Amino acid sequence: MSGIDPILLLAALMVGSTPILLAAIGELVVEKSGVLNLGVEGMMITGAICGFAVAVETGSPTLGFLGAAAGGAALALLFGVLTQFLLSNQVATGLALTLFGLGLSALIGQAYIGVRPPPTPRVDLGPLTDLPVVGRVIFGHDFMVYVSLALVVAVWWILRRTRAGLILRAVGENHDAAHALGYRVVLVRLAAILFGGACAGLGGAYLSLIRVPQWTEGMTAGAGWIALAIVVFSGWRPFGVLVGAYLFGGVSVLQLNLQAAGVAVPVELLSMSPYLITILVLVVMSSRSRTALGAPASLGKAFHATT
Amino acid sequence: MTGAALLSVEGVTKAYPGVVANDDVSFSVAPGEVHALLGENGAGKSTLVKSIYGLVQPDSGRMTLHGQPYAPATPHDARRGGVAMVFQHFSLFEALDVAENVALGMENPPPLRQLARRIAEVSQAYGLPLDPGRTVGHLSAGERQRVEIVRCLLQNPRLLIMDEPTSVLTPQEVEILFATLRRLAAEGTAILYISHKLQEILALCDAATILRQGRVVATCDPRESTARELAELMVGGTLQTPTRETAEPGAVLLEVRSLSLAPANAFGTALRDVSFEVRRGEVLGIGGVAGNGQDELLAALSGERRASAEAIRLEGRAIGDAPPPERRRLGLLAAPEERLGHAAAPDMTLTENAVLSAAARMNLTRHGFLRWRAARDYAGRIISAFDVRTSGPGAAARSLSGGNLQKFVIGREVLQRPEVLVVNQPTWGVDAQAAAQVRQALLDLAAQGAAIVVISQDLDELMEIADRFAALNEGRLSPPRPARGLSVEEIGLMMGGAHDMETAHVA
Amino acid sequence: MIRLVPRAEPSTAWTIATPILAVLLTMIAGGLMFAALGKDPFESIRTIFWDPLFHPQFAGYSRPQLLVKAGPLILIAIGLSLGFRAGVWNIGAEGQYIVGALAGAGTALALYPLEAWWIFPLAVLIGALGGWAWAMIPALLKTRFRTNEILVSLLLVYVAEALLASMSLGLMRNPEGGGFPGSRNLARWEPTANAELIGGTGMHWGVLTAFLAVIAAYVLLTRHIRGFHLRLAGQSPRAARFAGVEPNRLVIFCLGVSGALAGLAGIFEVTGPAGQISIDFNVGYGFTAIIVAFLGRLHPVGILLAGLLMALTYIGGELAQLMLGLPAAAIQAFQGMLLFFLLAVDVLTNYRLRLGAVA
Repeated sequence: MSGIDPILLLAALMVGSTPILLAAIGELVVEKSGVLNLGVEGMMITGAICGFAVAVETGSPTLGFLGAAAGGAALALLFGVLTQFLLSNQVATGLALTLFGLGLSALIGQAYIGVRPPPTPRVDLGPLTDLPVVGRVIFGHDFMVYVSLALVVAVWWILRRTRAGLILRAVGENHDAAHALGYRVVLVRLAAILFGGACAGLGGAYLSLIRVPQWTEGMTAGAGWIALAIVVFSGWRPFGVLVGAYLFGGVSVLQLNLQAAGVAVPVELLSMSPYLITILVLVVMSSRSRTALGAPASLGKAFHATT
Repeated sequence: MTGAALLSVEGVTKAYPGVVANDDVSFSVAPGEVHALLGENGAGKSTLVKSIYGLVQPDSGRMTLHGQPYAPATPHDARRGGVAMVFQHFSLFEALDVAENVALGMENPPPLRQLARRIAEVSQAYGLPLDPGRTVGHLSAGERQRVEIVRCLLQNPRLLIMDEPTSVLTPQEVEILFATLRRLAAEGTAILYISHKLQEILALCDAATILRQGRVVATCDPRESTARELAELMVGGTLQTPTRETAEPGAVLLEVRSLSLAPANAFGTALRDVSFEVRRGEVLGIGGVAGNGQDELLAALSGERRASAEAIRLEGRAIGDAPPPERRRLGLLAAPEERLGHAAAPDMTLTENAVLSAAARMNLTRHGFLRWRAARDYAGRIISAFDVRTSGPGAAARSLSGGNLQKFVIGREVLQRPEVLVVNQPTWGVDAQAAAQVRQALLDLAAQGAAIVVISQDLDELMEIADRFAALNEGRLSPPRPARGLSVEEIGLMMGGAHDMETAHVA
Repeated sequence: MIRLVPRAEPSTAWTIATPILAVLLTMIAGGLMFAALGKDPFESIRTIFWDPLFHPQFAGYSRPQLLVKAGPLILIAIGLSLGFRAGVWNIGAEGQYIVGALAGAGTALALYPLEAWWIFPLAVLIGALGGWAWAMIPALLKTRFRTNEILVSLLLVYVAEALLASMSLGLMRNPEGGGFPGSRNLARWEPTANAELIGGTGMHWGVLTAFLAVIAAYVLLTRHIRGFHLRLAGQSPRAARFAGVEPNRLVIFCLGVSGALAGLAGIFEVTGPAGQISIDFNVGYGFTAIIVAFLGRLHPVGILLAGLLMALTYIGGELAQLMLGLPAAAIQAFQGMLLFFLLAVDVLTNYRLRLGAVA
């Protein structure tokens, strides 16, 4: 165990958690509006390659992240049109999105294999970074780490404290009643779906531009599915998502470090561990009551105004 | 009618594929007037008020409000014009609290904390006590309606639309509601009151517009009319009241003893210590306001939810933990309230829906393999015996009108010659003629020696067909009493009176 | 503005027409995609859909491949479709496929070098059991703890892949393989060889099993009360409970059957076309089968045709890679597109499109 530095580990945890955090906070908003989008994995990987390509072509990681958000949102738009206007099955469409996203990203990514992306600078927080321990763990990351944290706070504030958030929750809770009161169920949901896609795209780009950083096919390796599990884990609460993402980030960073340190645990068992732990946590969370956990009552149900 | 009209509707027409919901409808409502919109299910009342509330755009015709042309494109426009509406199936959000629910129904709500204070004020002033911080899912049906009414009152509406508001209330709560409405009318608010309950209209309304098949067939003053006249206008003919040969009740067929069941979900109702028995040839009516355990009782009796074996006995045999097919084999059949999605599968054909509950008793399978021809024949028998209007056994359940599907569902169980039949809301949302047929079928079945349990929120229906009456209140069942001679007052008290508001502080 | 008007009943004509329409739309959109990649769209489409069957030079090789590729797709998709019809979403067939192959192959390898006729049937049986057992994990978690079976079955794919890596590098590695990863070749070892049953057709035991599965599923869904209950549960869960369907048993049944069929597909593949357990012997049949199931409208006959069509795009895709240099990923995107278009045109089955003003 001597090869593992706890401070570096904690700092790596924040970086390792950010992709899942971004994707999960987006999916939380989508699910709060009553839509289940199982295409997170597909939107993430699309974001990963769009962000990578834009960053490489422009030399700007910031533009890269914007491109990733746009790419993720574009794929989400496809999902939105299919499920909200053409009333397709949400589960099937989400799966289609993942399968399509994996193919599309591999197609776009062919020209980018082996290329190094422009580095994303760390945010200079001056004296904060020089603080002992805390400085290196919390301050001194790239800007996306802070964007992701700000997003969590913003989503919490909007859902809890604003009228827009109230309407979003109402639509997710009972779309017929929301419609009867004159709210545009389909438009509210479409907006949520686009937001979710953009966030998943950012999460994917964080992987390809910062965490890894390079492009390989299928590089999300189930991160999108773990993000979906984290939304369940969180009980549909933004800060629950934060805790969940950091927990899972911690597990995967730790297992990578253990692998690198050559601990006497089979490598395969270590690389299974994030998935196994996700399943375990899902079991613990889902044995509790559904409504007590805050699952939106209309989640996954199609809405068609009959009048 | 006195004074200038607040709202006038002229020649409104709205057609859907295959049906004209409103055909050249005209009427007007004056300020301070309580105006009844009367008609059977399917007469076009709902479509008409949806047009007024901006949820539906008429194909032709025009409306004026305060003398100005009025064509709301959305409910927001309607609310801005001073029109508010209380829905029949509440437009509420169970997981949100009262204040949030109220805010969602307002155009420019104040911040939630301030709103909570105003909710408390208004609900006190009108004698409709409400706690703004409570989660709506935990409220009773009567309290939920208060949320809807308070939501409307906070916007000082000039026109208040109430869609079948009393179907979820006890008689005592109805009185309180009427007092509130009269007070609002006295303050100058116009009220458009939709109902098919004649007694209420006679008691409350100043004017009535009667719809039949989408058309206005009469406008009259209910204070100068009798219930019979209104009924005949509404139905367009004379109605047959069900008849029965009174027979002495026989041996006990179904016995329920101390049946308790935990709620199925967070906002469900628990059954607490329910006990009753039904005899051969007897109809037991179980009344109560929606959400007091009706669905749970049906599920416990049909076998969808299991209780302890001893809690339910059929001809002495303990079956409380038996699954539905076994109960059916033994002769206990059930017809749930929700036709589409519970009693019948919407996208399946009538033949398939016949298999759904009749497979075992009617021998529609052999070694697990389906005998489709026998199933089709059985569906055909139901269709002809119960006068179900449909293109045939191959039609999808969802293509039938509510009344015809209900006749099919009831017919499917009745033709299986059950020992005991449990029905929940047998005539809900069904036109008068179909309702009469369904009731007659239940009475005939009892006359042939079956025991019948009718769970219903329609007290008139229960008084018409039940021999004994009991009421569900928060999952508890009152001791059954002979139905004949029960007064409305007594029934109301059995149903729990006016939930937690014994003293009506109505001015 | 286009409005959707619900049909009183689902349209039978559109139920059949929508998959064909979706294939046509995919050809158009795919053609545009290929054009964007600088390939001749007509030639690309022809290479994918026509040449594998009729090309004078290649058809001889690729025609048998049609059954070889369609077999596992159909077998897995039939199992998945039962669950999808009942509202039980097993999307981890890829994992069950891998574990089935590992279990069956592991049994056979443990018996090496015994020469006995019963090794193959035993391996097949154990393969089915392996897939079944892997699918029982999400099934039991769902019935006991209400854990979402979509997430669990999918996450288990990654676990199965790690297991596969471990096995092909460790326990099951061929001791005479000169240190290369991968097991002994089971297809070339007489007691386990899943050989062609009719020369030159590609027909092996797995394909035969797939055809039998199609027939069995058809009978189940249209003639048996169990299949009726399964359809009922998917359409109206409450009505199914009223009819007496036990949701938990249905979950166990659907996941069990689909897991076992995926496991069968795995063991047939590893003893036949793939030949050995290797780190990447699985080529995503478990995921593509999801497309096949939907494309076949969850109907056994539809799945049979969809499986053949999807196999064609695989073989055609390889051909297009070879002849036109079309990237493999383009075929994957093409298949995803097909599912999208199908879902999009599906709306026509239950709704009528109407042109008309909406205020």
